[in-house]
Amino acid sequence: MDLTLKIWRQNGPQEKGEMKTYPISGVEEDMSFLEMLDFLNDKLINEGIEPVVFDHDCREGICGMCSLFINGEAHGPGRKVTTCQLHMREFKSGDTIYIEPFRAKAFPIIKDLMVDRSAFDRIQRAGGYISVNTSGNTIDANAIPVPKENADKAFDAATCIGCGACVATCKNSSAMLFASAKISQFSLLPQGQPEAKERVLNMVHQMDLEGFGNCTNTGACEVECPKGISLENIARMNRDYLFASLSSNK
Amino acid sequence: MALDSKVPAGPLADKWTTHKGEIPLVSPANKRLLDIIVVGTGLAGSSAAASLAEMGYNVKAFCFQDSPRRAHSIAAQGGINAAKNYQNDGDSVHRLFYDTIKGGDYRSREGNVHRLAEVSRNIIDQCVAQGVPFARDYGGLLDNRSFGGVQVSRTFYAKGQTGQQLLLGAYSALNRQIAKGRVKMYARHEMQELVVVDGKARGIIAKNLVTGEFERHSAHAVLLCTGGYGNVFFLSTNAMGSNVTAAWKAHRKGAYMANPCFTQIHPTCIPVSGENQSKLTLMSESLRNDGRIWVPAKKEDAEAIRAGKLHPNDIAEEHRDYYLERRYPAFGNLVPRDVASRAAKERCDAGYGINKTGEAVYLDFAAAIMRYGAEEAHVKGLKNPTDAEVKALGEKVVEAKYGNLFQMYEKITASNPYKEPMMIYPAVHYTMGGLWVDYNLMTTVPGCFALGEANFSDHGANRLGASALMQGLADGYFVAPYTVGEFLSKDIRTGKISTDSPEFEAAEQAVRERTEKFINNNGTKSVDFFHKRLGKIMWNEVGMARNEKGLKQAIADIQALREEFYADVRVLGAANGMNPELDKAGRVADLIELGELMAKDALERNESCGGHFREEYQSPEGEALRDDENFAFVSAWEFTGVPSEAKLHKEELTFENVELKTRSYK
Repeated sequence: MDLTLKIWRQNGPQEKGEMKTYPISGVEEDMSFLEMLDFLNDKLINEGIEPVVFDHDCREGICGMCSLFINGEAHGPGRKVTTCQLHMREFKSGDTIYIEPFRAKAFPIIKDLMVDRSAFDRIQRAGGYISVNTSGNTIDANAIPVPKENADKAFDAATCIGCGACVATCKNSSAMLFASAKISQFSLLPQGQPEAKERVLNMVHQMDLEGFGNCTNTGACEVECPKGISLENIARMNRDYLFASLSSNK
Repeated sequence: MALDSKVPAGPLADKWTTHKGEIPLVSPANKRLLDIIVVGTGLAGSSAAASLAEMGYNVKAFCFQDSPRRAHSIAAQGGINAAKNYQNDGDSVHRLFYDTIKGGDYRSREGNVHRLAEVSRNIIDQCVAQGVPFARDYGGLLDNRSFGGVQVSRTFYAKGQTGQQLLLGAYSALNRQIAKGRVKMYARHEMQELVVVDGKARGIIAKNLVTGEFERHSAHAVLLCTGGYGNVFFLSTNAMGSNVTAAWKAHRKGAYMANPCFTQIHPTCIPVSGENQSKLTLMSESLRNDGRIWVPAKKEDAEAIRAGKLHPNDIAEEHRDYYLERRYPAFGNLVPRDVASRAAKERCDAGYGINKTGEAVYLDFAAAIMRYGAEEAHVKGLKNPTDAEVKALGEKVVEAKYGNLFQMYEKITASNPYKEPMMIYPAVHYTMGGLWVDYNLMTTVPGCFALGEANFSDHGANRLGASALMQGLADGYFVAPYTVGEFLSKDIRTGKISTDSPEFEAAEQAVRERTEKFINNNGTKSVDFFHKRLGKIMWNEVGMARNEKGLKQAIADIQALREEFYADVRVLGAANGMNPELDKAGRVADLIELGELMAKDALERNESCGGHFREEYQSPEGEALRDDENFAFVSAWEFTGVPSEAKLHKEELTFENVELKTRSYK
């Protein structure tokens, strides 16, 4: 395949960036999108041009490190895939492909296509845990049965990979889908109940501090989420938040 | 130095309890005076950092990824073993211990493995308390499934994302301590050097990958939880960033590497498709609960399939060779990984492979789909359902069990595994070898510990499925937090370790020189060019089958490659700032040295055991021939300057509780 790549290049957080054009030939259908970028980088190195910087690690759609806005969509065309799982057979020879970083005020650019998503970690630190020490001296794992439906829903929410596609897609750069997934996971399990109120209040507060926007129920995040995290989680978080705001002693 | 495993005396089942009771305690006031560095934030690192911080130590944790949650433990799919016996199928701590020793082909320490089996039960309790959403049955209790090499169902799981759920659990425990200020987290930081002061590990030189700055961090102990080194093969199921640098730097500073040649080649991975492939993707072992592995029984059918003239669904049942069921009737498709991998290679080498490259076999769910479909039809009360109805029902059941894996397979291969069998082939997955540690998980450098995949201790020559997650969390939550006390209790009067010492100065200087050498090298080839060549040498000569001639050739080839690498590698950009190529160059440099040591270790081990298969040592039926008389030991290598001239130290393995037998899964 012969392609024209338009890639965002930016040398550092404070520098000015721009789209640069790179024609490339010899791309194979079976390559993943990131393998195509490896292929480009190898060519660039041979030509003495600094390779394009992008985040990636597991390359099997689970670590959440890869990102990229491809032709105006987080993780590119196709549903329920991360960029590392996207394959070049989704494109055709002659295509022009636009590749940009995830853009949001709370995700500053580090270099080229690499952004800083540490705001997500800080949201988790605000309450995305159950306060149990790791002594192993807890009750037997089967002591509290959990209805299968709740366990399954908690699992579905917990499969969020923290990639930030929801934020990059949202016109308000809202992190509600991300935060609500963690809040829902614990909200649906008996173990999460004792701290439920404080958790939702603290995590939402941190989300606001980080500069993420609000949710206006457009639903684009759910469509672009590589793991299919449901909007239902946002509704649950809003209910929990309202309940906690009215009844918390804080 | 004589190797002392420090396994406590006494009956096997009492060793750990007795030992734990005798480890000197450090008082809460003194814990506040002690600093610990944890490198890596996978299951072992996150759980250790969280636990040590809870206990009161000052912890600094490091990971090269942008967040601790990205560590490659996240990609583990199938499950975690624990001797809970919830299924009432005769499981017990002893049975898990025995299965692990046998599965490891009698090349691991009894004491360590028994401890692992004991604490396995606490792991499940702990994770459920942390809100890990394991799979449950309709009564709300935890569900289990089977993995290879065992005849009980002791594997707990969360669909095909068990590693993700366990890591996020450990990450949440870590976050809790970060929020309290008990752990200081350094993401996008990579360890470049171990600092040894007066013979003890007292800190590290870390690189801030964003700014390119080198930082000195001191501590009273350093825990390496940095995973395995499968990326020495270039193509593996490891993440792109997984590397051996931290462990290798420790090795160069005096930590022995143990059994480096013990590599696990996982039987069920998506086959290699082309030259530009960057990694291989695993299809969970749990699929072997329901998938049947086969190749055509007739060579002409295999040839027709390779030529695209025949479809697997058109091959009649009697013309299929379910070779695992044929060779190993007792365990069938659930034989251990090393056995399954070699059997696939044997069929493909004999000309029965079924993709263009001739290196693939089928993993077929058609029978399971029909079986589950018939059960569902019965439950639903359908009278005389058509095959199509049964199939549709069965597909739903299979989707609920393995949906995300099937989807992943389809995304990568563009083939629908509900309609046609998966194609799979073995790929490098896990490394049983690693830094030598004693019972306290301390390496031969006092104060430097190794946890999880980074150490060698529990899996012998072959790891059983769903045991890596178990070991990572066991080491991090329940072993190291206690055993570091033995070392640290002597350090309560030491005081803060200075970073201004000549040792820190020299370590930082060495790192700077290495970095500058790469940047100013002005070579002509990319880092990947060398990494791929290393991978080819390793896969061909130090892979699934090894022999003396090939291993000697590999050592010579790797040495030549190393020279060429340093003479001709090209790293563009600057040292001060984000430069992933530069970071990769450092990692590949260490992998090249490790590769040479792996070949040396494989050459010296004149037997076949577990994942180490020497062609010279096999039975007439092609099964591995172990040599317990001469090789029932751990090979621990001391660095002397040239990897293949490392000095061998032997830790003899004694078996007091199990009888050494030929592993049979027939």
